Amino acid sequence: MPKRNIPSLAAIALLLLTWQFVCMSGLIPSYMLPSPVDVLRAFVDELPLLWENSLITLQEAFIGLALGVGVGFLAAVLMDSFEILYKAFYPLLIITQTIPSVAIAPLLVLWFGYEMTPKIVLIVISTFFPVTVGLLDGFRSADRDAIGLLRSMGADRLRIFRYIKFPTALPQLFSGLRIAAAYSVVGAVISEWLGGFGGLGVYMTRVKKAFAFDKMFAVIFLISAISLALMALVELAEKKCMPYRYLDKK
Amino acid sequence: MVKLEVRKVSKSFEGKKVLQDISLELRRGELVSLLGVSGGGKTTLFNVISGLLKPDEGAVFLDGEDITGRPGRISYMLQKDLMLPYRTIEDNVALPLLLKGVKKKEARLQVSSMFPQFGLDGTEKQYPAQLSGGMRQRAALLRTYMFSRELALLDEPFSALDTLTKSAMHKWYPGVMEKIQLSTLFITHDIDEAILLSDRIYLLSGVPGRINGEIIIKEPKPRREDFNLTPEFLEYKREILSLL
Repeated sequence: MPKRNIPSLAAIALLLLTWQFVCMSGLIPSYMLPSPVDVLRAFVDELPLLWENSLITLQEAFIGLALGVGVGFLAAVLMDSFEILYKAFYPLLIITQTIPSVAIAPLLVLWFGYEMTPKIVLIVISTFFPVTVGLLDGFRSADRDAIGLLRSMGADRLRIFRYIKFPTALPQLFSGLRIAAAYSVVGAVISEWLGGFGGLGVYMTRVKKAFAFDKMFAVIFLISAISLALMALVELAEKKCMPYRYLDKK
Repeated sequence: MVKLEVRKVSKSFEGKKVLQDISLELRRGELVSLLGVSGGGKTTLFNVISGLLKPDEGAVFLDGEDITGRPGRISYMLQKDLMLPYRTIEDNVALPLLLKGVKKKEARLQVSSMFPQFGLDGTEKQYPAQLSGGMRQRAALLRTYMFSRELALLDEPFSALDTLTKSAMHKWYPGVMEKIQLSTLFITHDIDEAILLSDRIYLLSGVPGRINGEIIIKEPKPRREDFNLTPEFLEYKREILSLL
């Protein structure tokens, strides 16, 4: 365990202890706020059900993320290649991001039904944006002199993309991916709230109606754990793809 | 034998003339400098020679062939080493070969045989950030050489280096150039550097930039250790200053 993590872990532990103490002292009735121990117990009891629902949510998140990244990549390449597309669509892109996903999710359910499609569409909408914006910024930060040098060596646009623009944009792509990974889980859960046959969002609405706050907290923790795990996965890929950013300083 | 010839090149930007009737030639194995103040059109001329810019008038010939406005024949090297930070040194150096369609494995093999000559052995798998400025410039030079084996076009290549490294490069470069039979066109604003390294010096000055003189440095190569402290050296310097 790296030393730099100690303060943040200590803070989390302190928070959990305080929470446990408040619950045990009887200041707040246990049906309103379950203690961390209650939540843990609920988590263990519900494990099979949580696992089953997680798989559905994860499947939606992965498919949506993959498609979102694909769409985002394509959009960025097109907008970078054709200035007119950039001028036409960049403002539009920003506008789409001001619409809260909770607001369009019900519409998507009306259009696409209760199956997986509306969930994936919502995730694509919310994940392609960070990828596109990250890549575009990255492409535009490519060194003009380096591009000139490659041109003088006879490189065409495709090769300039391959050898300069794309690798230059990798750090921004990964920042975008990390955000997109977190969005994909949240997006899946939100769209499940609004209708579906399974998944952590559906589970959540079910336990909410039963006023089972301990299970509610258990699923909330699970969702944030999944998001964190996905972000860690992206980080791992980042280190694999960009070893030069993690060189030992000599 | 003439390697490179620039014939009566003129170039304007937005109605402002930058270069006027520039003619120069570079013979095989020669190191020729183009000396002039910063912002005097030197870099424009370089871009014309490398084919990235088309001149308004005039032409550029490589081995007698007209290459005006055609990139991909002559490569150049700048003050910025332009080593791509995300590629290892060997993959940076192999880039021109990859662009020519050589397979990756074969390209690596070809470049690795040149590393010792450029004093770069052991750096193959390192990244540019791990090398000193002087080493990066050597790698950049090797990359230039991998692209065009007979002619190097260098735009103030050593001016970002510290004095000691620069002086080491001045001692190193003529030797390696002779070993690999390279002809060099060298842009610089550093008079001492030009006298120290060149066989001939073209003086570029005025607005628009013109060639205002040609100085031949008769001192034989390799140059004496203390050439830059001799009266001859000062005489050349005086002559250049009077012409600029």
